Amino acid sequence: MPIAVLAVLLFFLGVFLTEVCAIADEAEQVVTVTAKRYEYNPNTITVKKGIPVVLEFTSLDRLHGFSCPGLAIRTDIAPGKVATLRFVPQKAGTFPFHCDNFCGSGHEGMTGTIVVTE
Amino acid sequence: MAAEAQAAWGMEDKQSRIMERNANMKINRRDFLKLAGYGSAIFLSGFAGSGRWAEAADGDGFLFVQLSDTHWGFTGPAINPDSAGTLKKAIAAVNDLAMQPDFIMFTGDLTHTTDDDKERRKRLTEVKGITGALKVKTLRYMPGEHDASLDEGAAFKEVFGPTHYAFDHKGVHFIVIDNVSDPTGSIGDAQLQWLAADLSKQDKNARIVVFTHRPLFDLAPDWDWHTRDGSKALELLMSYANVIVFYGHIHQENYRVTGHIAHHAAQGLMYPLPAPYSVPKKMPVPWDPAQPYKGLGFRSVDAKVSQAMYGLTEYGVKGEKR
Repeated sequence: MPIAVLAVLLFFLGVFLTEVCAIADEAEQVVTVTAKRYEYNPNTITVKKGIPVVLEFTSLDRLHGFSCPGLAIRTDIAPGKVATLRFVPQKAGTFPFHCDNFCGSGHEGMTGTIVVTE
Repeated sequence: MAAEAQAAWGMEDKQSRIMERNANMKINRRDFLKLAGYGSAIFLSGFAGSGRWAEAADGDGFLFVQLSDTHWGFTGPAINPDSAGTLKKAIAAVNDLAMQPDFIMFTGDLTHTTDDDKERRKRLTEVKGITGALKVKTLRYMPGEHDASLDEGAAFKEVFGPTHYAFDHKGVHFIVIDNVSDPTGSIGDAQLQWLAADLSKQDKNARIVVFTHRPLFDLAPDWDWHTRDGSKALELLMSYANVIVFYGHIHQENYRVTGHIAHHAAQGLMYPLPAPYSVPKKMPVPWDPAQPYKGLGFRSVDAKVSQAMYGLTEYGVKGEKR
């Protein structure tokens, strides 16, 4: 095979692999979140519109909840296991979330936001 | 309440205005007439005409009082500078009622939450002592999430007994449903089975009064003003013609109907909360020095058993009729 042809093939292979990696990067946004009395870490979660999101929650102490009414997602977060939520944000904006399992004196303040960017 | 939570629960005049508007949303006579079409009807004091049914010579009526959300242990001068005295004033007002009720029902959040189990027991025990000053000695209690969600009702049971139960009084079947001991705000399958078994013993036309802490229906789920499996309880109750629900949790009067079942929320005795979804974030309505104890109080319920009708009278903390 002439070297010129091989070079062209390698070029297109490189371009193809770059695209595949880019698609893989945008195929899923995985965010790990810890919950403990009375905070989430991180408490601001930034994701891109239209790209699937995987939220993986772990409780560091007791039963908590995660409810984001604006995106219609919620889960219990029990200690000792990972709670996973999958969704695809369809609209840009800022969406508050809160703990919806009563967890103590600071329960009302256990909140955060999901920021969906264009 | 933690200092940071007090700070977060700031003051907004707008909230006061909303509360005022909410408090003014009384049921008018036309609403009452519409309500009369339901199985169990209610009326507000002022147009019963011939006086209290509880005073009727035929023994067909009786009176009970609902107190709710006393949040004993709460401190926050900007929210309630008389946090240690409000409950005691309400007790004095109940003791001064011209006609004493047959019993008094406390619909939860007797105490303000604390992460300290020992302190929780102390507060619950103090409430039991303070409410012992009521002239009426038939007192019935149920927990709110502040009393029971952190220990699944353990401390409450030690001080007051079961968190769910039923009793009969002068022809009315009363059911106390616990939707707080489970921190998810659920009744749970076991209690729902108990409810089904209890209801199965009742005639379809039985007079049934239900007490809960949280609303059984979705009043404002984003504000935690709902019961996650409340629809299952309502489904069980729906086949009974005369059911009425009294609850607490939301610290304000509120009236809704689901199917033929009327739901009445009570004022609290520590701090009012804003009307559902009237503000971006749920926070206590700050104390108004010009109108102290505004939005706080209790109610009496005048039951007319034969007609399955209930007359509601709302009182302020010092016993003034609203």
